Amino acid sequence: MKLENCPIPQSGYSLITLAHGGGGLLSHRLFEQVFLPAFDNEYLRETHDGAVLPQIHGPLAITTDAHVVQPLVFPGGDIGTLAVCGSLNDLAMCGAEPKYLSMSFILEEGLPIEVLQKIVESIAKTARAEKVVIVTGDTKVVEKGRCEGMYISTTAIGEIKAPNKICPQQIQSGDVLILSSDIARHGMAVMSCRPGFQFESGITSDCGSLWPAVQALLQEKVQIHCLRDLTRGGLAAGATELSKASGFEFEVHEEQIPVQNNVRAACEIFGLDPIHVANEGCFLAVVAATDADRCVRILQAQNGTALARKIGFVTEAKGSAHVWIKGAFGQRRMLILPTGEQLPRIC
Amino acid sequence: MQMIGEFRNPELVKNLCRSISRVTTQKWKIMEICGGQTHSILHYGLDQLLPPEIELLHGPGCPVCVTPSQILELAFKIALQKDVIFCTFADMIRVPGEYRGSQTLDFYKVRAMGGDVRMVQSPLEAVNIAKNNPEKEVVFFAVGFETTTPVNALAVNEAEKLGLSNMFFLVSQVLVPPALEALLGSPDNQIQGVLAAGHVCSIMGTKPYVDLAEKYQVPCVITGFEPTDLLQGIYLCIKQMEDGRSEMENQYSRVVKSDGNFKAQELMQKYFQVKEQGWRGLGRIADSGYGFRNEYAHFDAEVKYQKLYESETRTPSCEFVCRSGEVLVGRLKPTDCEHFGKICNPSSPLGPTMVSTEGACAAYFKYRNQGRGINEA
Amino acid sequence: MCLGIPGKIISIELSSAEAPESSLAKVDFSGVTQNVRLDFVPEAKVGNFVLVHVGVALSVIDEDEALQTLQLLSDLGEFYNANDR
Repeated sequence: MKLENCPIPQSGYSLITLAHGGGGLLSHRLFEQVFLPAFDNEYLRETHDGAVLPQIHGPLAITTDAHVVQPLVFPGGDIGTLAVCGSLNDLAMCGAEPKYLSMSFILEEGLPIEVLQKIVESIAKTARAEKVVIVTGDTKVVEKGRCEGMYISTTAIGEIKAPNKICPQQIQSGDVLILSSDIARHGMAVMSCRPGFQFESGITSDCGSLWPAVQALLQEKVQIHCLRDLTRGGLAAGATELSKASGFEFEVHEEQIPVQNNVRAACEIFGLDPIHVANEGCFLAVVAATDADRCVRILQAQNGTALARKIGFVTEAKGSAHVWIKGAFGQRRMLILPTGEQLPRIC
Repeated sequence: MQMIGEFRNPELVKNLCRSISRVTTQKWKIMEICGGQTHSILHYGLDQLLPPEIELLHGPGCPVCVTPSQILELAFKIALQKDVIFCTFADMIRVPGEYRGSQTLDFYKVRAMGGDVRMVQSPLEAVNIAKNNPEKEVVFFAVGFETTTPVNALAVNEAEKLGLSNMFFLVSQVLVPPALEALLGSPDNQIQGVLAAGHVCSIMGTKPYVDLAEKYQVPCVITGFEPTDLLQGIYLCIKQMEDGRSEMENQYSRVVKSDGNFKAQELMQKYFQVKEQGWRGLGRIADSGYGFRNEYAHFDAEVKYQKLYESETRTPSCEFVCRSGEVLVGRLKPTDCEHFGKICNPSSPLGPTMVSTEGACAAYFKYRNQGRGINEA
Repeated sequence: MCLGIPGKIISIELSSAEAPESSLAKVDFSGVTQNVRLDFVPEAKVGNFVLVHVGVALSVIDEDEALQTLQLLSDLGEFYNANDR
């Protein structure tokens, strides 16, 4: 059934009302006319309370995420693509192939059904492209003002394909740090539509699935010790967390970190450092030194990670473990975890 | 030309470092006034590139750091009023301040308590919000040095032209030269050379620094913000000190003209007049601030919300513990403070110099907390 | 204390809804464009670099001065290279 033919608006409802979350006729219509046709699969079609899934052979990975991004639609993506990719990327960072998704929607009374349809459509499209099935879900409606349009919460299940555990404890001295792409695009794309901070730039979010890149590395048997997607807090937070968790010191060469010119310019305008800005399709790989060049070549051949490169290495920590940034003039500075969200500044 | 990258060229940085090493024969203490310059110096590690004889003192040029706690408390009270939309630069959001003598607030907490606090990138945006919300009172927290004050004036001008009766400005605007005089004239002054803040001078011109250089016999080099600007400013300053000269020099000639910006000065004078001003950490300094002229008092949030101001009671507070005053005048290095990195860090700052990204303590914490074995916040 | 960013004026609108009595410029910052008020620099022209602080241009940047500064700094390098030989 085509979404354009959805009879809900025709029956007088072009906006989400509390009744759509009440479990009655309107709730059913919303499911049958918006969610089911978009996500259509055998598990959802059963319209049961839960999904009964076939046995998976390898170990499982599971992850949960909440998505509250504002605005709901931003250059390069929307809350829907973000919800799917965000969960899949968390699985990919464990070396797991994504299998199933569970999604729950909290909708604000008054949300145009057209907007919901657009988001649902982009969720369906992303899920299809990534071969992941949305097997169960839930919808609630809250009074106007109690949420901003819509929140989405997702849980994803994947099957581990990595031969060894991929985690910070696997990191060793001498390992090489590889960044999968240029940074800071998502954060600046979202900021470009924030009230009071608008600018025109053509910057689009890097929002995308990282599994194809990780899968390529696993297929080529690259010795991956750890992976981390560089979402909130950016490269700075990701690198600092890994250094701390592994107990090793990281040295990162600032010059090697790719940043698009317009992204760098937007950061300048707001007094932000790109290494602190959020990404949604970028990861840091910590790999054995012997495999580093091969890892970079494999990534560069993949869609979305063509700019992959080595940005630093892991060394034994003297005292507590830190990340050091080596700057353009040869000087070193220490990175610390940002206190909270990075705020634009005027001074 | 991009006007940015060229001034970060590592080759030119190297050239300047060599020049600095060649002219330096003895110990010198130079103060960069502006917090933005402090931030640049530490971000690029420029201080690490200087000969050990050169010590940089970090000045009080951070509007966030010097905003007096009384004004901050008033700001919290106003922001907590029903029907008020409180607009501020994001820089102020995390600054801690006293509230009713018993608790410490910042604007995050004010928001959590129900205050409608909005971050804006320009004062003009606040005027826009007032225009679109006639049923609300909109207050803009007009902090700033001579660079930002004209833009605050432009916002007042806009509000006046639009005939807005719901737009108010909580003003805490400061002037550099009187504060600098207070530092240079103090009996334990250690400052031998001054890097004046280029963007302030783009408005005010070079004249005030000609006078200062002469009166206090101290070289004043008007300096930009990029790595080569700062190093060139430092070079020119050292050269003067080594030669026994004390003059105003303009390193930032591409931006700063000797008369400054007349239009901006004019608008600023129209709405504001010089007055005594409190500086957090420094105390009250005569003629060091810009407040509303009497005829524009109807825009003044301090007047509008006078009741909130008067009901306030002051009790001794963390400011007695925090030594940011000494840091702001370059008398105490952040890392020499007994609280640095211990009870005071960016997550739980004792004072403003630890919270503002421009504050010397925060900059040291961010870039230099090594060597003391301090764990991240 | 004041973040000021240089950008190049790509167009000027003499009167707009946003600034009815002042000129508003579209300013390019290496691929990012923002509207910038020109109230304080009425002399600014398309193609000029301006220094922008909180959405307002404070100064027209003098390109000749900028080039001279850069030339001076790069001459230093040649001077050192010559002396090192």
